[in-house]
Amino acid sequence: MSDEYRSMWKGLGLDLEAHDALLSMLGNVYSKVFLSQPNRPEGMKYFDFVMSEVHGLRIRELLDAKAEGRKVVGSYCTFVPEELILAVDAVSVGLCTGADFATELVDQVLPRNTCALIKSAFGFKLGKVCPYVEACDMVVGENTCDGKKKAYEILRQFIPDLYVIDLPQVKSEAGKQLLRSEYQAFARKLEELTGRKLEAGKLAAAIATVNAKRAALKRLAALRYAKPAPISGLDSLLISQISFYDNPARFTASLNQLCDELEVRVREGKGVFPASHPRVVISGCPMAVPNWKIPVIVESAGAVIVGEESCVGERSTRWLTPETGHTVDDMIGLLVDRYLNIDCAVFTPNPTRLEYTREIARERKADGVIHYTIQFCQPYQMETGAMLASLEKDSVPTLRIDTDYSQEDVGQIGTRVEAFVERLRG
Amino acid sequence: MRVAGIDVGSRTVKLAIVEDGRLDVSRKKENSFQPLTVCRELLAGERYDCVVATGYGRRLFAESIDATLITEIKAAAVGGRFLYPACRTILDIGGQDTKAISLDPEGRVGRFEMNDKCAAGTGRFLEVMAMALGCSLEGFSELAGAAARRHSISSTCTVFAESEIVGLISRGRDRGEVAAGIVDSVASRATSLVRRVGVVPSLVFIGGVALSQVLRDELASRLGATVQVPEDPQMVAALGCALCAAHS
Repeated sequence: MSDEYRSMWKGLGLDLEAHDALLSMLGNVYSKVFLSQPNRPEGMKYFDFVMSEVHGLRIRELLDAKAEGRKVVGSYCTFVPEELILAVDAVSVGLCTGADFATELVDQVLPRNTCALIKSAFGFKLGKVCPYVEACDMVVGENTCDGKKKAYEILRQFIPDLYVIDLPQVKSEAGKQLLRSEYQAFARKLEELTGRKLEAGKLAAAIATVNAKRAALKRLAALRYAKPAPISGLDSLLISQISFYDNPARFTASLNQLCDELEVRVREGKGVFPASHPRVVISGCPMAVPNWKIPVIVESAGAVIVGEESCVGERSTRWLTPETGHTVDDMIGLLVDRYLNIDCAVFTPNPTRLEYTREIARERKADGVIHYTIQFCQPYQMETGAMLASLEKDSVPTLRIDTDYSQEDVGQIGTRVEAFVERLRG
Repeated sequence: MRVAGIDVGSRTVKLAIVEDGRLDVSRKKENSFQPLTVCRELLAGERYDCVVATGYGRRLFAESIDATLITEIKAAAVGGRFLYPACRTILDIGGQDTKAISLDPEGRVGRFEMNDKCAAGTGRFLEVMAMALGCSLEGFSELAGAAARRHSISSTCTVFAESEIVGLISRGRDRGEVAAGIVDSVASRATSLVRRVGVVPSLVFIGGVALSQVLRDELASRLGATVQVPEDPQMVAALGCALCAAHS
């Protein structure tokens, strides 16, 4: 099986030696971080399996889909409407950007003070270690922050099949019109790529598929209201991360099965950690695979994470699309309304992000909130002050962490998180 | 009950032993590349019922000596409050870290801020700068205190500031003025860190850097507040550990 995968990776043009190193590093970290957790639900076995086959079986599935004449579309952001991709029988995969790779190559093309997430997208491409990006027939970028917007101009040299969606920065009527025309243009681009017409019936089915996936993720989020929490923050984050690249129907079924198990735990009052563990909400920048740095520190310091206000978390799943549209045009309109709710810090003003963080902190009985930013991510860094001030006004203790993907500051961050947990214990 | 607290700092290891609420032993030793050996030397011949450890090397310490661990922040809060019962704000500038801690009226830790991963504005920064000026830490403090004017230093990064100073010296700037500029930059960083958690009196300044009189004066004038410094500001976290040990 391993030999079969090797020839598959070779066929995709990966640097096998570097890829071996990446997989072995990932495997080690995964078993240390995830498999060693106490009281894991049985239902996590599916997600462990998916992770163990992240560059194997799932890539095989993508290549099989391609052999059947379907296209693979990769993306980097929750603003890219997965529903449109599925409606033309293409496969949608989120491309991961959660680790430093090939930094010496990246530094040749990007300024040093670029955020780690953008650098990571380049690192995986330039280092030739990501089978997903290599399997893509088209990669979709989006004009969110200035860093990403300008980086796509450079990424185009390395990914010729790059398509960029423009985004508004203000949630106005004009902003909505812009997003609508961008989604319409994206739909035409997808039709052109796949040679298939975007049909109302197919789009309705795709909306239902994605809604079901988001509903399952919302169900998981709601189960974390329970005290003691039935699942760790690390496992919950992992599930969110996997939701971006797994087969949506299979993912949804497996997650619902896990939630059934968690419901029993909640009824029986069983938790993953003792009820005395301080409860923490994390708010801020996305944590893409395999960026588990902060949750590892938080949960090993004796706290449990009960919510992520993040794109890899509830910011991408809070809203469902009404299944009331009849024509393609109606449905694109409903998708525009749905996606324009996303309260990414690139919007100005952006009050709902702050309100939602306060709400989940309150409703999940959080003892504190950690605001997480990636260095040089200006939009989220800029929102830090207002976020912390409003939480402290609600008497919710806060901790601000600004970091990157390196491990050099884990000692210092560990001390701060431990002191924060000491503070929450009172 | 006889309890010990040890603060395994990046530059100095501190030991405090408290017996029935009274400080009995207070000792420190410069740290080396073998922190455990330094800890063992410091503890040699001492008798105690239990030990609580903090500091940069606390985990290493606990790997070979049975100890409870607490963070430097909690240790500083407990120790600071013991020495100054009215203390509401603590500034701790040690060898590698700067911390500002706010305490509620009951002495519990509220907001706290720490410098990021670089050692800008810490004790190590001052040591490197003193070395660049060719003097000891004490000499550096005197030099800065005696200067009539200060030459402002624009870098806070240890590496950049050192080259800036080498440049200034080579252009014939007065050593005292440069030293005063360095003190100014450390005080400026510390002031903004403390202001982030809010300056509520009384303010207690601890850590090795608090030994510098000129820096104490500069902070007091910048913050417009009285800055209280214990007799030995380096010992506060170790004392806090010992007091925590007594309560456990």
